[in-house]
Amino acid sequence: MAGAVTTVTAVSNEAKPKHLTEARWVRGVLIGIALLFVGVVILLPLVTVLLEAFRKGWDTYWAAIKHPDAISALRLTLTTALIAVPLNTIFGVAAAWAITKFTFRGKNLLITLIDLPYAVSPVISGLVYILLFGAQGIFGRWFIDHDIKIVFAMPGIILATMFVTFPFIARELIPLMETQGNQDEEAAVSLGARGWRTFFRVTLPNIKWGLLYGIILCNARAMGEFGAVSVVSGHIRGQTNTLPLHIEILYNEYQYTAAFAVASLLMLLAIVTLIIKSLIESKLERSKHGD
Amino acid sequence: MMNHAKQRRYSFQLLLVLALIVSVLSACGSNGNSGSNASPSQSAKPSESASSGASASPSASPSETPKKDPVELLNVSYDPTRELYVAFNESFAKYWKETTGQTVTINQSHGGSGSQGRQVLDGLEADVVTLALAYDIDALADGGLLKEDWQNQFESNSSPYTSTIVFLVRKGNPKNIKDWDDLIRDDVEVITPNPKTSGGARWAYLAAWGYAAKQNGGDETKTKEFIKQLFANVPVLDSGARGSTTTFVERKIGDVLLSWENEAYLAKKEYGDDFEIVTPSISILAEPPVAIVDKVVDKRGTREVAEAYLKYLYTPEGQEIAAQNFYRPRLQEVADKYKDQFPELNLITIDEEFGGWREAQKKHFSDGGTFDEIYTKG
Amino acid sequence: MAKSRGKSVLPGFRLTLGFTVLYLSLIVLIPLAGLVVKTAGLTLPQFWETVTSPRVVASYRISLLTSFFAALVNAVFGLLVAWVLVRYRFPGKKLVDGLIDIPFALPTAVAGIALTSIYAPNGWIGQLFDPLGIRIAYSPIGITIALIFIGVPFVVRTVQPVLQELESDMEEASVLLGAYRWRTFRKVILPELVPPLLTGFALAFARGIGEYGSVVFISGNMPMKTEIAPLLIVTKLEQYEYSQATAIALVLLILSFGLLLVINSLQRWSNRRLRSS
Repeated sequence: MAGAVTTVTAVSNEAKPKHLTEARWVRGVLIGIALLFVGVVILLPLVTVLLEAFRKGWDTYWAAIKHPDAISALRLTLTTALIAVPLNTIFGVAAAWAITKFTFRGKNLLITLIDLPYAVSPVISGLVYILLFGAQGIFGRWFIDHDIKIVFAMPGIILATMFVTFPFIARELIPLMETQGNQDEEAAVSLGARGWRTFFRVTLPNIKWGLLYGIILCNARAMGEFGAVSVVSGHIRGQTNTLPLHIEILYNEYQYTAAFAVASLLMLLAIVTLIIKSLIESKLERSKHGD
Repeated sequence: MMNHAKQRRYSFQLLLVLALIVSVLSACGSNGNSGSNASPSQSAKPSESASSGASASPSASPSETPKKDPVELLNVSYDPTRELYVAFNESFAKYWKETTGQTVTINQSHGGSGSQGRQVLDGLEADVVTLALAYDIDALADGGLLKEDWQNQFESNSSPYTSTIVFLVRKGNPKNIKDWDDLIRDDVEVITPNPKTSGGARWAYLAAWGYAAKQNGGDETKTKEFIKQLFANVPVLDSGARGSTTTFVERKIGDVLLSWENEAYLAKKEYGDDFEIVTPSISILAEPPVAIVDKVVDKRGTREVAEAYLKYLYTPEGQEIAAQNFYRPRLQEVADKYKDQFPELNLITIDEEFGGWREAQKKHFSDGGTFDEIYTKG
Repeated sequence: MAKSRGKSVLPGFRLTLGFTVLYLSLIVLIPLAGLVVKTAGLTLPQFWETVTSPRVVASYRISLLTSFFAALVNAVFGLLVAWVLVRYRFPGKKLVDGLIDIPFALPTAVAGIALTSIYAPNGWIGQLFDPLGIRIAYSPIGITIALIFIGVPFVVRTVQPVLQELESDMEEASVLLGAYRWRTFRKVILPELVPPLLTGFALAFARGIGEYGSVVFISGNMPMKTEIAPLLIVTKLEQYEYSQATAIALVLLILSFGLLLVINSLQRWSNRRLRSS
């Protein structure tokens, strides 16, 4: 049962032979610059958020987190991500396969169309669904007559999230699969493996990192999206508020500290996904040694 | 053997994909059917609804027999009224329970006045709207959601409470800012949100305009010049009132913040005594209006309770809550009680001075209006 | 390394392409068509007047310039960060790796508020520059910083997997041939990294043009100076001018679509050249 085609991947990156890495001082300088950049651009705002979150002590922090509105916002955010991310993952893999494994006319156009949601201002990505499904929208009347709520309810929030996070996984996979070429899959097929098997046995191991990064990014963005969701949510407390919207409400209520506390909760969620990523990483590492 | 496994895997994957799609569709569908409210299991209701327990009725079955079934209202409002309506909703729910025996849950939605109005126009099912400007409710009337003469439906222009624009300055008033004249001095920096995106900033703009017009005997060129000088002193134009308050209070930019009276008090309460409120000689009578959205209440059968809700704003209890939240009450007895909190000042009104909101909007804030002229001409 | 031309032996073309196009249409194209339909409510002169008024043009300029510089900075430093993360070992590496995704997870509004408090004249970094007469917050520099923050993950996360998969055979060969490290990097590694780098740049750039939530807090929103195009869209909506709002949005969309198309073509071209060499 052991696959007829084992893939050639992953020389352990960290144990490079001496002649393939830079002089010590070069490494030091490069690491230094990279750390400085990450420190100033990302860490500093992060620390600011945490400092603000705990400015009034642990009690205020905890009270903000366990407030019923915060809990319901958390639930809505997680549900949204749970639906939007898998769907976009399936799409991303399918799109990357079609684009990188075959040549066809209009490929550039297709790739660019997939990128389109990046280029659309979040304000607009919410608005387009209002223009379609809102009371004055193109299909709005029909949905209202049938008493189906799309915008200002959960379906609208999910749609807007899907729109915003639409390209992430495809975009992550396309350059990666482009670099890898087709030879592994072609070898597998010529050895008689069928489509799905080729995919799961050959392609998937090859693209696992890209896929993982894509899912993590997609998930992070799905949970953190503010602009688009804000337009379609209706802002009903305890009902259609996602975490980012709840944060905005707190901020507007002069609950500065609470707002940052809930924001830190979102960062925590991002960190949880990263821990999951590390777990997968070490598991993959182990299974590789097991081979 | 390999072939077999392959096929099994194939069909399994297909099944998985199908199952996923079906589950998503059904999730969307079931949610869609439950109307404007998320199903009770999905949302932790605020404590007010505790008495209704798990039986918070989905709006799909509108209360034909309102005496028994609990009912839900959605009040779509603007940003600074949050505290006001949290307190008011609680009081009203108690009152309604006592007089009719019915449990009412009021859901709240807040945001910029304009975008809130737009959401209702686009299908957010608000039973009542309580916005910052009549203009935003006029837009709903234009969209056929309520009657053209909605403003006559309740007393006092359908505005149960009023407010005005005041100055918030730093402790000790170091720049000695007393009146609108001081705002155009070279050494003064003024913080105000963008009138294009903030309802409060529009009131402030009109107050400044009204002052300058009076000062210059109605000479429009001079008035425009005054406004232009004022905005030349504005270093940051935030998109909303709260953003401006942050810029002024947290970032310590600017010498004076043009603010809603209630916002100024709130900021003072929140940030202690680092600030002082200065009341100018002339300001504007801001009348945040309320209205019932006819189309929605007729559809959901909630007219009775919605009307009672807005009428309750005019009762002594409602007025008291408004005053506690720094809105000027209409009722004389309550106003007398709180008169130390609200200093007398000369208030111009939008109807007398500007011919109503539609006129004011057209002349000053729409594209090519007087506000645009400040930045695009010379 | 011949790339399949015409008929590929690999299966699944119809299935995957069909699904891709269907999903794309449902989630992206049909909704965006709504944008076009709405804009069609304007007559052509009205449309032209809306999208070429001085304030709107100024806002396009600001949005494009700041996004461009932010994406450029991200391309350079993002590559460096990805390189360091993949190739070197140092304490706290996992942590740094994790930090990269934070800009996505943090709601843009929170990012905007946090950045403003750092770069405002009384903030940690702002106060260092204020005496020098340099204003960071409430100036185009502030907008650029917000956009750098927003765009970091795009570059790092597109370059990283490619770098990870890059086989060292080629490097090995190049070293055996006596090439110096820097030359190896330029001639062997960099060409492989050009496609993901261009992708990352394009994405960060496109995202920057549309960004609203974080920028409004730090930009100061002064008309003609620091007013970004998405803010004008919101302004129009606030006045219930749907068609004018969608008109500005449409121009923005076409601009970034064109840019993406050019960059994507460039990327595929460099890719093809790489494969054929």
